[in-house]
Amino acid sequence: MKPARAHVLVGVDDEARLAGADQVLEQLRRALDELGLSQEVQVVETGTLGISGQGVVVAVYPDGVFYGRVTPEVVRRIAEEHLLKGRPVTALRLPTAAPVARPAEVFGRQVRVVLANCGVIDPENIEEYLARGGYEALEKALTTMTPPQVVEEIGRAKLRGRGGAGFPTGLKWAAVRNAPGSPKYVVCNADEGEPGTFKDRLILEGDPHKLVEGMVLAGYAVGARWGVVYIRGEYSLCIARVEKALEQARRYSLLGTNILGTEFSFDVEVRPGAGAYVCGEETALLESLEGKRGWPRIRPPYPVTRGLWGKPTVVNNVETLANVPDIIRRGADWYRTLGTPTSPGTKVYTILGHVVFPGLVEVPMGTTLRTLVYELGGGVRDGRSLKGVLVGGAAGAFLTPEELDTRLDFDSLAERAAVLGSGAVLVLDDTACIVDVLYSVLRFFRHESCGQCVPCRAGTEALVRLASQLMVGSSTGPILDRMVEVAEVMRATSLCPLGQSLLLPLKSALAGFGKEFEAHEQGQPCPHCLRSVRAYA
Amino acid sequence: MKSGNHHPPRDELLAFLHERQRSNPQNYLCPADLVAAAERFALPVAAVRDAVTFYSMFSLKPRGRHVIRLCESPNCHLAGAWSVLEELRAQLGVGVGGTSPDGLFTLELTSCLGVCGVAPAMMIDEEIYGNLNPPRVREILQAYKEER
Repeated sequence: MKPARAHVLVGVDDEARLAGADQVLEQLRRALDELGLSQEVQVVETGTLGISGQGVVVAVYPDGVFYGRVTPEVVRRIAEEHLLKGRPVTALRLPTAAPVARPAEVFGRQVRVVLANCGVIDPENIEEYLARGGYEALEKALTTMTPPQVVEEIGRAKLRGRGGAGFPTGLKWAAVRNAPGSPKYVVCNADEGEPGTFKDRLILEGDPHKLVEGMVLAGYAVGARWGVVYIRGEYSLCIARVEKALEQARRYSLLGTNILGTEFSFDVEVRPGAGAYVCGEETALLESLEGKRGWPRIRPPYPVTRGLWGKPTVVNNVETLANVPDIIRRGADWYRTLGTPTSPGTKVYTILGHVVFPGLVEVPMGTTLRTLVYELGGGVRDGRSLKGVLVGGAAGAFLTPEELDTRLDFDSLAERAAVLGSGAVLVLDDTACIVDVLYSVLRFFRHESCGQCVPCRAGTEALVRLASQLMVGSSTGPILDRMVEVAEVMRATSLCPLGQSLLLPLKSALAGFGKEFEAHEQGQPCPHCLRSVRAYA
Repeated sequence: MKSGNHHPPRDELLAFLHERQRSNPQNYLCPADLVAAAERFALPVAAVRDAVTFYSMFSLKPRGRHVIRLCESPNCHLAGAWSVLEELRAQLGVGVGGTSPDGLFTLELTSCLGVCGVAPAMMIDEEIYGNLNPPRVREILQAYKEER
């Protein structure tokens, strides 16, 4: 980067594009040109700035001023007033915790590892990633570490899979490294589909090189020569940015044949999905990659021994791989200073629903749900009171206000029979009807059940039917018990986690909000429920 | 994965199908597309068909010129997706899965699109529309109608 007096960051992701980010950028560049500022003010087109629901968000550094809902007309005013005359346009500033001087404090208690560059660098320019220590980990690994040492370092860091299951990444890599058979593959699972989750999209849109570096390191560690990023078909901006990053990395000899002049060669390609939530399950993803129906395989064997094309394969989530470069560069000891002893590091969350500041945040593992909802999410919107929080996506658990002090890490949530899942945090205020929200969750599972195994195919159908009977008051007999029974059978007999996990939202909703369900069962009319059944029937 | 023979590896199948479907003005995979894929990847047509029918983004039936995919997942539902669905139904005169009489739109429901910050949201073809409500839906549809 050339020295500039000020940097203007324009967050460009799908949401911002929708709000006209491209036009804002064009107008901003033109205005700076006309004002003679283009040499001293640098415009950086970057990924999300972590603020949702505010249209195009623009940040001016070093002042640390954030503007929301920026339009082409407004950006001209920002250029004239703020950038030319040095007077921040108060009326347009975001009334959030954002406008403080130092970026580190911008979003309160966040600790950014995975998102360190998101909203800071231009994701389409490898130079900016390099300038922030990018690919240093790769250089370090290739020149000073053996592959087993890389595996060991990841193991010592106690990195656990961020796709939801929390499996130790070091063990997975060691298993692939030691598995007989070749070639070996590295697969990045970017088939993000858990409702309320868009962290992987924003990582890929905001800092694609971090993922690329993580994948090359994984390839080196396990002895693979080829990797693939499976990105859900709807994420076209992600696909474009990752493709571009791969191309740039190849040009810099950071990918491809003889990386950095060493003996090690590794390449990565992108493959799009085509709309199937179940393909987020690793064996279904592998089937899909092989050009087949995304039907989960029976496990074992696990992908570490028989994965893509029957060969040993690492399958890691985007966020997991995005942690790898920092662990290698800064060391496992540093990494373990973050988070809890059994779940070190940070976790990226999407906070949504009835909160003041919906958006993307990254905090250390073990942060409480209260901190997330009330400090980072700004609390419940419109001064209403909190009814509950659905943590972990549709396959997650409903938690009550009494459970707000639950620590969010793999083990603390397991103690409460809850899960971290994808990191989706859906906040519900007292206007929401739990039965209605659960109905939406059940419909989701019905829609996404792949149809391969009977318990899930028939069970999701039965649960939606039972729920709608409950909602319109046409039930005869103890409908709630029947629902739990169906979900328990699914838990015990379904082939993959999709069918098995439905019991969790159902049981946690009943446990936390039993009275509301009983009122529905006794036939008290509920406007939310009647409306939903009518709309979706 | 680089294969030794002249057929591209099967992991490129879905991308190929996307491309064929995108270039079809009726947004679907016709029998000739399936045959083309089968030949290209050295597969039986039945195997291509088997894969195609699994994925919600592919269709074997002709669809409207534009495919509307409204998110019905919990976050969008809470933000009022049900009212958007009712408006879409009324405006298009068809139910979910149907194509409007003028052949312009097919209405579909989808799971979470990952743009929850602007719920309720939908996609029309590759474009995302968010912060929807009935008046906004009418505006968007009108814009598509005018561009024909």
